[in-house]
Amino acid sequence: MNNKRTELKVSAIENGTVIDHIKSENTFRVFKILELEESKNQVYFGTNLSSKKLGKKGIIKISGKYFKPDEINKIALVAPNATLIEIKNYDVINKSRINLPNEVENIAKCKNPKCVTNNQNVNTKFKVITDHHGNTKLACHYCEKTFPLNETEFI
Amino acid sequence: MPLNLKTETQIIHFMINLKNRSLVSISDYNKEEIFKILEIAEDFEKDQRQHILNNYVIASLFFEPSTRTRLSFESAVQYLGGSIIGFASADTSSVRKGESLKDTILTVSNYSDLIVMRNPLDGSARFASEVSPVPIINAGDGSNQHPTQCLLDLYSIWKTQGTLDNLHIALVGDLKYGRTVHSLVQAMSMFNTTFHLVSPVSLKLPSSVKKWIKDAGLEYHQYTELNDVINVADILYMTRIQGERFPDPLEYEKVKNSYVLENSMLKNSKETMRVLHPLPRVNEISEDVDDNPKAYYFQQAKNGVYVRQALIAAILGLKE
Repeated sequence: MNNKRTELKVSAIENGTVIDHIKSENTFRVFKILELEESKNQVYFGTNLSSKKLGKKGIIKISGKYFKPDEINKIALVAPNATLIEIKNYDVINKSRINLPNEVENIAKCKNPKCVTNNQNVNTKFKVITDHHGNTKLACHYCEKTFPLNETEFI
Repeated sequence: MPLNLKTETQIIHFMINLKNRSLVSISDYNKEEIFKILEIAEDFEKDQRQHILNNYVIASLFFEPSTRTRLSFESAVQYLGGSIIGFASADTSSVRKGESLKDTILTVSNYSDLIVMRNPLDGSARFASEVSPVPIINAGDGSNQHPTQCLLDLYSIWKTQGTLDNLHIALVGDLKYGRTVHSLVQAMSMFNTTFHLVSPVSLKLPSSVKKWIKDAGLEYHQYTELNDVINVADILYMTRIQGERFPDPLEYEKVKNSYVLENSMLKNSKETMRVLHPLPRVNEISEDVDDNPKAYYFQQAKNGVYVRQALIAAILGLKE
């Protein structure tokens, strides 16, 4: 019998949320935008884990925490197509793929320093668009400038 | 030139309602709404002094200096018999005391039926239109939009060519930073235009603007020589190249004279071709062009008054 362990086992969470199938390079961005470094909850995470789908993936498990739609939109912006799994009493109660929303409000900053949102007390609003090369971008509702999703700064 | 409006204007007589709608970006209007404004502008060109704005007050809030746009709006209001209030620079307004744009708009909307605004911040006009109880006309928001310039350009093209469809439009000069060029490309992409883009390599039309052309499935051609497009163009739209746009002054010296239009260069151009320029010009159109019947830029500036009269009248629901 081969006892060689090929996986690192992390304890299952009783209640909370698992964000799975994060592209490895985005794991820490998700961690950062959710401000998990300041979380008092138990948080487990791994990155560069083997994945059939992605090659390498990241996973984050947060005990005792369910995300609001605004927070899910934030996750969508840095880790589109990740999977969100909600757990109650060790059972999966909801499992869904995180899709990019069509619009995001008051989550991201506009990168244009001359945009009214950076100079007056105005909530930001962006359309999420895809250009001819298939790159996802944010288009500011106010100044109409666009910038790549992976350059997004969050509020 | 007699206009052949049948195909264009016959389609517009269904529900078009511009009343109480702000104009922030040229994309706020569809093709039919654009034609509605052009048609009303033509009515004002025939009879400019129609005093339909009696007892109306228009606010003109210019947070940064402007000559042509501000005077042309004020002239439009006066020809319509309306009153105008406002300021011509932020220095003479309460902005200097630190008042927010929202507060200025909410206050001035108590004193007026419509607000014309120029503001240096990109997106300020969209924001103003969202907080204002009276309609806003954007007279330029930073480097973003200047839709009334675009409409007067469209009016000038329509008047000189008799149509907006199937034209060859040559855009010359600073295509990277010129917001009038960007809006014109956006609008003319609705009309099966072939674009001829002439600029130094470092001032080419941005890909975000070319997207409008591509999305409409239209053709564009890029050039660095002005002479290559003069004889194919129906409209030669000249713009100013500003030296400060070049990171390397030597680069500017190399190209600055390659985009100067002289009268002799027009001799083999189409009979119906017209030269447009949003003005002010510096040296990109030689003064010897001014007397050529193909020079249209001063009439173009005059058209700005008719178009602004049309917009004010349509938005206040006084012309349909």
